[in-house]
Amino acid sequence: MNTAVLRTEFRLFRREPGAVFWVFLFPTLLLVILGSIPSFREADKSLGGLRPVDAYVPIAVLIALIMSGVQTLPQALTGHRERGILRRMRLTPVRPSALLSAQMVVQGTVALGSALLALLVGRLAFDVRLPKQPGGYLLALLLAAAAALALGSVVSSLSRTTKIAGAIGSAVFFPMLFCAGVWIPVREMPHAMARVVQLTPFGAAARALDRAAAGQWPGWEHLGVLALWTVLLTAGAARWFRWE
Amino acid sequence: MPTVIEMTDLRKSYGGRAVVDGVSLAVEEGEIFGILGPNGAGKTTTVECVEGLRVPDGGRVRVTGLDPVADHDKVARVLGAQLQESELQPKLTVREALELYASFYPSPLDWAPLAERLGLTGKLATRFGKLSGGQKQRLFIALALIGNPRVVVLDELTTGLDPRARRDTWKLIEDVRDRGVTVLLVTHFMEEAQRLCDRIAVIDKGRVAALDTPAGLIRRSAGATVITFTPSAPLDDHDLAALPALAAIERKDGRITLSGTDETVNAVITLLARNRITAHQLRVVDATLDDAFLDLTKEEAA
Ligand SMILES: Nc1ncnc2c1ncn2[C@@H]1O[C@H](COP(=O)(O)OP(=O)(O)OP(=O)(O)O)[C@@H](O)[C@H]1O
Ligand SMILES: [Mg+2]
Repeated sequence: MNTAVLRTEFRLFRREPGAVFWVFLFPTLLLVILGSIPSFREADKSLGGLRPVDAYVPIAVLIALIMSGVQTLPQALTGHRERGILRRMRLTPVRPSALLSAQMVVQGTVALGSALLALLVGRLAFDVRLPKQPGGYLLALLLAAAAALALGSVVSSLSRTTKIAGAIGSAVFFPMLFCAGVWIPVREMPHAMARVVQLTPFGAAARALDRAAAGQWPGWEHLGVLALWTVLLTAGAARWFRWE
Repeated sequence: MPTVIEMTDLRKSYGGRAVVDGVSLAVEEGEIFGILGPNGAGKTTTVECVEGLRVPDGGRVRVTGLDPVADHDKVARVLGAQLQESELQPKLTVREALELYASFYPSPLDWAPLAERLGLTGKLATRFGKLSGGQKQRLFIALALIGNPRVVVLDELTTGLDPRARRDTWKLIEDVRDRGVTVLLVTHFMEEAQRLCDRIAVIDKGRVAALDTPAGLIRRSAGATVITFTPSAPLDDHDLAALPALAAIERKDGRITLSGTDETVNAVITLLARNRITAHQLRVVDATLDDAFLDLTKEEAA
């Protein structure tokens, strides 16, 4: 990891208003909009007495991870490759992998920052309780972020151009949002569907975050699914990634 | 003089076609070594093997005794390069790029005077994406030099530069060479090659077609001297064709253009004197590197 490259990539991220909006602001904005609907602030029996707005905080957190993982990270990596920036880096004593890891750190940090923002706004504006099992929540969050970044690297590995990266990113984006429970929270899904969804990275992440928010340990089976995805996707990215 | 860049029987193929087909060169310390050649001759492929960006299919490349692929990290510390084509992050400013790349090297140059010499001082706050083509080129020249390298590889150094910037850049490269830096330069500008290069390799179809000093290349090419005149009376074609060391005859609007050597000049004058013919508007000029280049790469053009 080269700190000068990291600082530069951070600065460049801040100069992309689109990325800043979608990764950092949009998840919380969505939470605020949904939370403004009165019925979302009433306890719901099917949610085990939680209010929909409570259930949407972990979803907002996952949207931040998905945005950075399958949208902004592959765009940035593929763009750097397409423009020959990674190739130019190979001429210097700093390896192009410094640029790759800097992008991961930047995207991961911004996504986690966005998650924190969603938690804080949920707490302050809608009185959503902070996770009762903070250690488990943090662990699930970090694993989910790792899986999202690994997924983004695979998308970038399979995309020759930023156009293709955009297309693959969008194709992956909506199924990932579905698995995270944007339309139906995972815990409310029919049993058979939930079983499948829980095997996907963001389905597992949604369940793990839910449980940690409620004060339970996130569950090794969900954490295990996340860890397995991270390992598989990282191996795939390492195998398929091209520097030029 | 120790050899700084050495290529032995370098080979590289794409899709079964040999693009670099057995190139051997030795570039010595402190010289500016030029590579000329038609488009697609394999120049960029050759120098990118030196930079370690491409892996040769055969042969050997050494830069300061190191393998640019196996010892990539060590080579990167002593070699600076400007690629024929490359880009930076569009929103990175010139100053940020200079500072960033300077931070990569153990003992970089001070970037401010370098930017000054390349006329970039007024553009330090401009983002890469907003620079003109020539300004981008100047920035890449700066980035090639910023690590204070021992060896610099420049692929089409002044393409896109205006005439003044071109001359300023030549001066800069000469100053760099005077500090003892070895320069490998790919160019399409004969004036640039003639002014800067100590030696030149002409590469054609992936092979070294000629290797000499600029003056040597001109001397060696057929038709190094060009004689033009308008004869006061018709000259016999037979007599002209019999001239020694003649490379070409051209007749146009009564004017005759002959290319050959000094020997040809002497013979023409004798021929004219013998036939009592006056040569009006007689001009005798040395061929340029341009002519030599066209001569050496003739088949390619045909
Ligand atoms: N990555 C590649 N894949 C396939 N073919 C390639 C590749 N790189 C170069 N070539 C081919 O190799 C040949 C030589 O290319 P190269 O770029 O070395 O030429 P050059 O001498 O630098 O030409 P120019 O003066 O136009 O820059 C060309 O015919 C080109 O099409
Ligand atoms: Mg070239």
